[in-house]
Amino acid sequence: MNPVSDLGAIGYLLFWGLTALAAGIFLYRGGQLLRYISLGRGNGGATPGIRKGLAALFNIIVQECQWKNLTHRDRAGVGHAFMFWGFILFVIYYFLFIVIASGFGISDTMEHNGFYVVYAWVTDIIAPFIVIGAVWGILRRYIGKPKRLEGQLTWEALIILITVLIHPITHVGKIATQIAAGHPPAGLGLATPPLSTAVANLYDGAASLEAWYAAWFWSHWVFVLLVLAIIGYTRYLHVIAAIINDLIRSAPPKGMVGLIDLKNQATFGVSRVDNFTQRDLLDIQACVVCGYCQENCPANLTDKPLNPRLIVRDVRANLLANAPALLKKQEPSLALIGGEREGSISEDAIWACTTCGACMEVCPVYIEHVPKIVEMRRDLVQMKAKFPEELLNLFENSEQRSNPWGIAPSDRAKWAASIDAQPFEAGKTEYLFYVGCAGAFDSRERHVSLAIARILDAAGVSWGILGRDEKCCGDSLRRLGNEFVYDRMARENIAQFQERGVTKIITECPHCYSTLKNDYRQYGVELDVVHHTEFINQLIKEGRLKLNGKNNDLGNVVFHDSCYLGRHNEIYQAPREAVAAVTGEAPTEMERHHNKAFCCGAGGGRMWMEENLGKRINIARVEEALEEAPKTICVSCPYCMVMFEDGLKDKDADDRVQVLDLAEIVAGALE
Amino acid sequence: MLVVACVKQVPDTTQVQIDPETGTLIREGVPFIVNPFDTHALEESLRLKDKYGFRVAAISMGPPNTEVTLKKALSLGADEVVLLSDRVFGGADTLATSRVLAEAIRRLGEKEEVLMVICGKQTIDGDTAQVGPGIASRLGYSQLTLVDQINDVDLRAKTVVVRRKLEGRHEIVEARLPAVLTVVREINRPRYPTVPMRLMAEGAEVMLWDNKVMQLDEETIGLRGSPTQVRRIFSPERVKGEILGDGLNKPEEAANLLIDSLLERDIISL
Repeated sequence: MNPVSDLGAIGYLLFWGLTALAAGIFLYRGGQLLRYISLGRGNGGATPGIRKGLAALFNIIVQECQWKNLTHRDRAGVGHAFMFWGFILFVIYYFLFIVIASGFGISDTMEHNGFYVVYAWVTDIIAPFIVIGAVWGILRRYIGKPKRLEGQLTWEALIILITVLIHPITHVGKIATQIAAGHPPAGLGLATPPLSTAVANLYDGAASLEAWYAAWFWSHWVFVLLVLAIIGYTRYLHVIAAIINDLIRSAPPKGMVGLIDLKNQATFGVSRVDNFTQRDLLDIQACVVCGYCQENCPANLTDKPLNPRLIVRDVRANLLANAPALLKKQEPSLALIGGEREGSISEDAIWACTTCGACMEVCPVYIEHVPKIVEMRRDLVQMKAKFPEELLNLFENSEQRSNPWGIAPSDRAKWAASIDAQPFEAGKTEYLFYVGCAGAFDSRERHVSLAIARILDAAGVSWGILGRDEKCCGDSLRRLGNEFVYDRMARENIAQFQERGVTKIITECPHCYSTLKNDYRQYGVELDVVHHTEFINQLIKEGRLKLNGKNNDLGNVVFHDSCYLGRHNEIYQAPREAVAAVTGEAPTEMERHHNKAFCCGAGGGRMWMEENLGKRINIARVEEALEEAPKTICVSCPYCMVMFEDGLKDKDADDRVQVLDLAEIVAGALE
Repeated sequence: MLVVACVKQVPDTTQVQIDPETGTLIREGVPFIVNPFDTHALEESLRLKDKYGFRVAAISMGPPNTEVTLKKALSLGADEVVLLSDRVFGGADTLATSRVLAEAIRRLGEKEEVLMVICGKQTIDGDTAQVGPGIASRLGYSQLTLVDQINDVDLRAKTVVVRRKLEGRHEIVEARLPAVLTVVREINRPRYPTVPMRLMAEGAEVMLWDNKVMQLDEETIGLRGSPTQVRRIFSPERVKGEILGDGLNKPEEAANLLIDSLLERDIISL
């Protein structure tokens, strides 16, 4: 039997008419969104390939989007997996056994074979799990609501979850009435699926079972079509957009922004939604408002006006509001930056970002928040010269004297006055030790530079420095959106490296490391850059450093991940192993560590800005560290060093807790 | 109406060293910057432009590479820039310099009424603070030095009211326009150039006025027109003391040693 063909021509007309209507709405919205996205400027370097395709497929199958955020406190991923696998299996079912079988009037053939019976069993078993997932999802919006779901529109989530809930129910109702009406899925000698059979028994003795079956069939199909129609208008969109995002997401490190193009560009940054790249406009379509980004954002967690989820929401709202006008070449009516309404982003939010990358790390649908923020900073700095006033000195000093403080470049080698540091000379010295501005000028960080020098000498490494000719890498300027000046600094550095034959570089600062290694690659230079923690760990492993076993002054060592070493470059183990080599045991972890580590507050140029809004990020992090009762906090970045030392003073803990760079810990243990 | 900002390109003095042998500045490899006080003079001119719609001209006397400084002025919003450069202008003291600048301002005034001339209070290389007042004297303009606030410009009465920052007190004065103002750093925070403005400035031609244009008597300008001659430049000798303790590794101990030593010499007392 087939509820479609049973109605004759009207049945087919109704079936295909409704299906075409839903598909039409789906395609109409899809086309509309694609036109909106095409307003973006360039594709943002998105390059899908076979490898990315396979990786994306793997990510989908293993549900990487979910388990990466699965913790003992947040098991939402399990419920999602139920719904996800249910969805996949049901989509296949709909296609085979409704569109093809019923739609073409061949259900008798399609439904009387072993495959159909097996498939009926599978859907019968998965259906309750989908119900569990959906009910769970609905309940957790009211009972034990996690913080990350706060502030979002609950009704939209409810509509979606209710449609998810209705599907398996109508499906089971359909199969059950099919069984009750005497057309059970049969074959392979298997029994009818248990759940449906149990439900079928409820219909015992009911009149007009054929009508019941038809009712379940049609209501089921209408709900399926309803979902198809609303995909493009609701968060359901993520089922398509997330896959595309996975295909076109940038290669690590995440969150790189493009180079400035002085010849072909008239605007330098994003002030209107159509200044974003197409990738930027595409990835936001996938947002499911799960709130993991807001739950991990250091700015948001310290009550600053930045919430990465709202950045995504507002960019999307702005696109939807302005796109019709923009497509007609009219001016946008809703301001992207500075407006008060939804769809506008405040300047304070844009400046609050530390570019730590926590949002992008946890985002299950691969949205890249940070480049969008940096692009908007670019507009504020480069097109409007509008930025927090304390940045003026940073910008002028960096441009004028190639360091953030404006100290005379001739003082750059002063840190090495007490040691015998060779100038770098290709052929004579193997590695360039790129000290960086903090390592050269900051009185505390100079100790770290000396510790690194001691270690390199102890291991017999051939190294040299550029001395007064070393220039700032430009990290802060780039993250702050001053791409024009960064571009000049980067080119100067690259020219100097090439002129002097520098190929192997050891950096002291993770920001120099990431900039030289990743950002400079955009100019087509491949430098062999290594961060001192990696390098030191390598020396220890190779047995080139003689450590005297235990460094007894250290006590309990708590390790803090630098964002630009960890999340941005995925170096987590090297510094931990080096600590363990000295103390004999792995360092103590804070509650948030590795890729979930909490920023010190100084990245993204925040080092040079006042932190007047909300709680200070470094205080939050220091409090977290103090929970572990450390005697030593191990850092590997000059910014973290400053932020922790300041934070400890603030908490009156600087007399009992010391902050040491990994290099100092290792140098202190040298024989 | 025109506001003229006088700017000078100076060596970055924090990076300048004096050759102990010859007693001259070692300028080699030392980057040039805009005299910091002059950046405030330019900024104040631009603020007057924003507020009253005046046009701003930036002028500078110096070697041809001073173009960089004038382009910076363009990138910040100056409407026109004039480079006063000629070998015969070279070696000038403050008197000869003010003659050239005053003549340039007079010439600008032939096309458009000059309302105000704004200079930094002094340069960081010469530190004389004489050029601004010199221009006022040469042109017969009112002279307002050490201004840290322009309170009012009255175009009808042709007056300006400013606040002067003096030691331990402020003075509010009114003067007739046109006037020469020299400004202190506190007057404003300089703006930052946008990228499109930088690109525009980089491609712009800087107007050059040499002495063929200026037609000044060579006896009154440059080295020949300068009654002041620099005899010698030297760093005052400092007697280096002994190094006490190990401040790098034992800062507290070093601090105690320092205090003891200062007590011993009766420089401080408890």
